[in-house]
Amino acid sequence: MTSQSSAVREADARERCRAITSSQRRCRNFAIDERGFCHIHAGPRKGSLPAAPERRPPEAVLEERVRQFMEFFQRRVAGDYTVDDLGFDEDLTDQIFHPLAMALYRHYWRVTAIGIENVPMTGSAMLVSNHSGTVPWDGVMLQFGLREEHPARRTLRLVGADLVYQFPFISHLSRKSGNVHANADDALRLLRNGELVGVFPEGYKGVGKPFGQRYRLQRFGRGGFVEIALKSRVPIIPVAITGAEEIYPMIANVKPLARLFGFPYFPITPFFPALGPLGALPLPTKWMIEFGDPIGTEHLPADAHEDTMMIFDVADQVRDRIQQMINRNLAARRGIFR
Amino acid sequence: MSKRVLITGISGYLGASLAQALESSDEVDFILGVGLEEPPIDLNRTEYQKADIRSPLIHKIITGAGVDTVVHADLSSNAIRVGGRSAQKERNVIGTMQLLGACQRTEKIKKLVVRSSTAVYGSDPKHPSVLAESWSHSGHLEGYSKDVADAETFARDFGRRRPDVTLTILRMANVVGPRAQTNMTQLFSLPVIPTALGFDPRLQLLHEEDATEVLRQAVVSDKPGVFNVAGNGVIYLSQAIRLARRLPIPIVGPFGLMAADLMRRLSLVDFPTDQLSLIIHGRVVDNDRLKTVFGYSPRYSTLEALASYLESRGHETAGPAALTEWERGLYDRVAALGGSRHTEIPQRPYVVGKAGGRK
Repeated sequence: MTSQSSAVREADARERCRAITSSQRRCRNFAIDERGFCHIHAGPRKGSLPAAPERRPPEAVLEERVRQFMEFFQRRVAGDYTVDDLGFDEDLTDQIFHPLAMALYRHYWRVTAIGIENVPMTGSAMLVSNHSGTVPWDGVMLQFGLREEHPARRTLRLVGADLVYQFPFISHLSRKSGNVHANADDALRLLRNGELVGVFPEGYKGVGKPFGQRYRLQRFGRGGFVEIALKSRVPIIPVAITGAEEIYPMIANVKPLARLFGFPYFPITPFFPALGPLGALPLPTKWMIEFGDPIGTEHLPADAHEDTMMIFDVADQVRDRIQQMINRNLAARRGIFR
Repeated sequence: MSKRVLITGISGYLGASLAQALESSDEVDFILGVGLEEPPIDLNRTEYQKADIRSPLIHKIITGAGVDTVVHADLSSNAIRVGGRSAQKERNVIGTMQLLGACQRTEKIKKLVVRSSTAVYGSDPKHPSVLAESWSHSGHLEGYSKDVADAETFARDFGRRRPDVTLTILRMANVVGPRAQTNMTQLFSLPVIPTALGFDPRLQLLHEEDATEVLRQAVVSDKPGVFNVAGNGVIYLSQAIRLARRLPIPIVGPFGLMAADLMRRLSLVDFPTDQLSLIIHGRVVDNDRLKTVFGYSPRYSTLEALASYLESRGHETAGPAALTEWERGLYDRVAALGGSRHTEIPQRPYVVGKAGGRK
């Protein structure tokens, strides 16, 4: 016990990075080099400032972009690319999905990501996040935000509900961007392969929560995600997304219509369906995604995944952590839109 | 150990090519092929006997020939070729029952190899992305998938009643290759390829040479168990269509069955309607057990298997010329903007299947 608490004190005493991030905040990462920068802000060469990018004429930049895109286009037309067994199409994700998602990430929801150093550079981990928004944009932003911000450009493999994979277009686009149907076999396989798996244990209860319930974490199902993490002996990284819970303020749920279309809910917001398609636009709230400290599972006994009490215990612990992060980030924000 | 082998389904490509592969093996003394038509390949020392496995005569043939190994390669996935769905079911289910019944009575039989299919898993978006042999089905199966599941059940029951018999069940993915005639090769020989609008399934293919080799190894050495037999890697249907230089025709869900039916009547393609779910949801299996327990690594990946088939059909494998022209024009326009530099278009030889592209 004493050694542990002294380790915590030691960690607190460590110097933090002195860089100011693009959102005008102090970088929260630990400093690793002698100038007081973290692994992200230290730059490629120690001891010297990173060289300014070479200035190139705009037509050269345009030409480079056109060339890149045409190369991609030719690869696609010729079928000259490979996908992984679970259907992740990296080429398509890099060239099409990622830039599109980044437009939303940077300019629409202006997402701030913190604690990204908690996501390991290699090896598997399970990311557990709150879920909201009626339309699961939070999954898209979490996945592509991690790809964009993480130094190792890691791909998060989200597990999605049945409905996603029965739906035309969505089903294969979701697979091609690296996601899979939520079942234990797939999650275990991904973790075995050293991938990052992302889960939203709140499920439909979370994504379809009414506006009044925003930022209140729903029940975490049966804790199946904990069972998988314990079985694979991978750390669980709690993730808190704020801002996403206000993009579609759902004030009513028309259950008969939901039943008619086979959806889990049919949302009524102040703008939808009153404003028609325009009302279906999500609100441009300001988002923050925080990756919390990993919760290790190595110290637990090997048969912990068969201990139901243990599973619920860990699930509650993860849930509390996420709720705490959400509360802290909500208290710190200046408003919904900025 | 002297081997006397009986192969059912000798009229099919796989049965015949297995016979051919066994002919060159010294360990096998005698090969008897049973089927309703002459083998599609010229065989030297294989004896062909025209017989129907649904008739009790099969017992006489087995005892008469004194075989010790039976390879059942007669499950037909194509209803049209065998004369309709009811004939197909009769042949697949009753035929397997009759054959296994005869085997059970024959003391001399020491080995049974069943050429099964990954169709036994069905296709469903709720299934795991990669199916292992241990994954058991809880849903509804129909058509060929159900036949295969039934045939496997009979084989397992047989294995329980005759524990002295080495039982190998080989669940093969869709076979393609220069010589094989399968549902998949037919689909890709169409000028335009029907797809389900909004769905792009992951497919997995097995090259005919790998299929033959796995069957041959199961005969010449003892490999008890159930094995998924499929090439490494997967391919999206959309990518396969591009590699085949074909155009897709996306068909809206409810019209899919109608379209399949119409095409069958026009005898364009007889893709079995019960396999439509494969074209919508796809199916991928785990071939890990084949590599580790059985001890065979497929020589052709899914992509290479398709490329081998396409090459044999003389599909154009060079990049589309019109596209290169268009790219040229685009660069010219960009260069005109800057007014100075001129770009060479990088030469990209589009060699199908070598996947020089990005991983």
